[in-house]
Amino acid sequence: MKRSVTFWIGAIAFLVIILLTTQIIGNEYPFFAGYVILQFIVLAVAWSILGGYAGYVNFGTSAFFGVGVYTAVLLTKAAGAPLAVQIAAAAAVGALLGLGVGLLTLRMQGIFFSIATIALTIVIETSVTNWRFLGGAAGIQLQRPPVTPPFHSYVQMLFFVQALLVVLAVAIARYIQNSWIGRGLQALRDDELAAECTGVPTLRLKLLACVISGALMCAAGAPAAMYLQYADPSSAFNLNYSVSVLAMSLIGGTSHWAGPVIGAILLGVTQQLLAVTISSEVNVLVLGIMLVLFVVAAPQGLIGLFRKMVDGRAEGKA
Amino acid sequence: MDLLLDAVVIGVLLGCFYAAVSIGLSVSFGLLDVPHVAHPAFLVMASYAVFFLNDRFDIDPLVAGLLITPLLFLFGLAAYRLYYETFERRGTDAAVRGIAFFFGVAFIIEVLIILQFGVDQRSVTASYIGQAWRFGDMRIPLRLVVAFAVASALTILLALYLSKTFMGRAIRAVAQDEEAVRLMGANPVRIKQWAFGVATAVLGVAGALLIIVAPVDPTLDRAYIGRTFCVVVMAGLGSMSGTLIAAIILGVAETIVLTLFGASWAPAISFAMLLGVLAVRPQGLLGRR
Repeated sequence: MKRSVTFWIGAIAFLVIILLTTQIIGNEYPFFAGYVILQFIVLAVAWSILGGYAGYVNFGTSAFFGVGVYTAVLLTKAAGAPLAVQIAAAAAVGALLGLGVGLLTLRMQGIFFSIATIALTIVIETSVTNWRFLGGAAGIQLQRPPVTPPFHSYVQMLFFVQALLVVLAVAIARYIQNSWIGRGLQALRDDELAAECTGVPTLRLKLLACVISGALMCAAGAPAAMYLQYADPSSAFNLNYSVSVLAMSLIGGTSHWAGPVIGAILLGVTQQLLAVTISSEVNVLVLGIMLVLFVVAAPQGLIGLFRKMVDGRAEGKA
Repeated sequence: MDLLLDAVVIGVLLGCFYAAVSIGLSVSFGLLDVPHVAHPAFLVMASYAVFFLNDRFDIDPLVAGLLITPLLFLFGLAAYRLYYETFERRGTDAAVRGIAFFFGVAFIIEVLIILQFGVDQRSVTASYIGQAWRFGDMRIPLRLVVAFAVASALTILLALYLSKTFMGRAIRAVAQDEEAVRLMGANPVRIKQWAFGVATAVLGVAGALLIIVAPVDPTLDRAYIGRTFCVVVMAGLGSMSGTLIAAIILGVAETIVLTLFGASWAPAISFAMLLGVLAVRPQGLLGRR
């Protein structure tokens, strides 16, 4: 109970600080860069709901992200819908897509599930590429609507909206982790058959995890259309999103909701710095090497390393 | 109708080529259960090695493919050893992290190729590239015929190796029952390491075929994740004859869709078929389980 209060005070303080910075800092660049980091936090937290707690490695982050982007594009182009509607609709579509992916998990485990999620990404990407109304392979330009006060620029507003999504995603992940849902998911991760036999409703839990994870990923993708004022299939569905989010979650550690948050901040900041100073190729290289290093040497991620350190110290005392 | 006949003939040729690029995965993933998502990345890496040898020393691409085969074999041995020590031996959680590991390796290879060779498409030169055979109205590119012949030979040789030689039978024995092999006094890890080496070595010639059939670019491995896994899963994990049949089905399906609906749908065909097979018949056409 007490920890819940602390968590919510922290979350509100975070949002207030974000809101204040958008009022004080006039330069747009920090928000432009910060937005990407916040976006990756949402994606990584959402990924680990299915990938971390339940142990289903989803390579389809880019599918969900891209569907979020294109839901927003479709609504803007067809109806001129406001940002809130775009995000809500993207979340709904994401939940449906998550349900579809969840139905795949009924028959597939391990590598088969992972490969199926890549396949899904490419199939959806190709369909969007062939959808003329959405601009096809060449992409589509979007016009930002006027900004709503109290924000001075659209990017600042998107930054704040993405911060709201971060709080939402973390709150959901934290709730799942501390409730019977999280325990059930961990049980099925360790041994699906044993979990089923001891009365864990594995099927419903997996579907639930897929739906929540999918809805959050799509919601995180929706503002990206307005952020870039442009969308094209090969960058919206780029597999780089999948590998980045996978790396962030695994490097942070998936046993606690803080893991993906730490991983996303760490890698997100590094990526922003590398992209500015060196090149985006080196960026992906660093990401890949860190992913492989952590998976080989520190399988529990930074959270695991941290726990080991604390435990080691406690043993030393005793 | 003529167009469709053309598509089928080209599809069969293309299919045999797909069998050659998938057969290594059929061993490493199909028989050894290694979640080898980096297989297509290894393949593209081999293609670039062939390109380098062809471009710099003017060596025929097929000869270049044979030249790099021993190196790839050693590379495969080392890769399996690393995978085994870090994942299979520790047991718990191996599947999740093994997949992430190979996915990471694939991306590293992709970026290293970009840094070394740039993002442009690369192709090789040889006397048989650019010519075509004509049968009446039908025109078949000679490069596809070469790929077809070499690919069929490669696939049949590997199938024979697995069924006729001592080591090949040992590999299939490990795939069937590792514990029994251990009880017979053999070391399953060494057999699997050898098998993974063979599976990687085959990529030398397969990579040469890849760059003979069409120009390659560093991110080509993403398309081949769909093609190779589609073939291997449809074949039924580890079945060599199944690999050939599944690859031909994929090749024909691709060329027919290409003819009827246009090239923009091409990338999705293998992935859609893969999804379909996984959903409907996960054990494949000639499944071992």
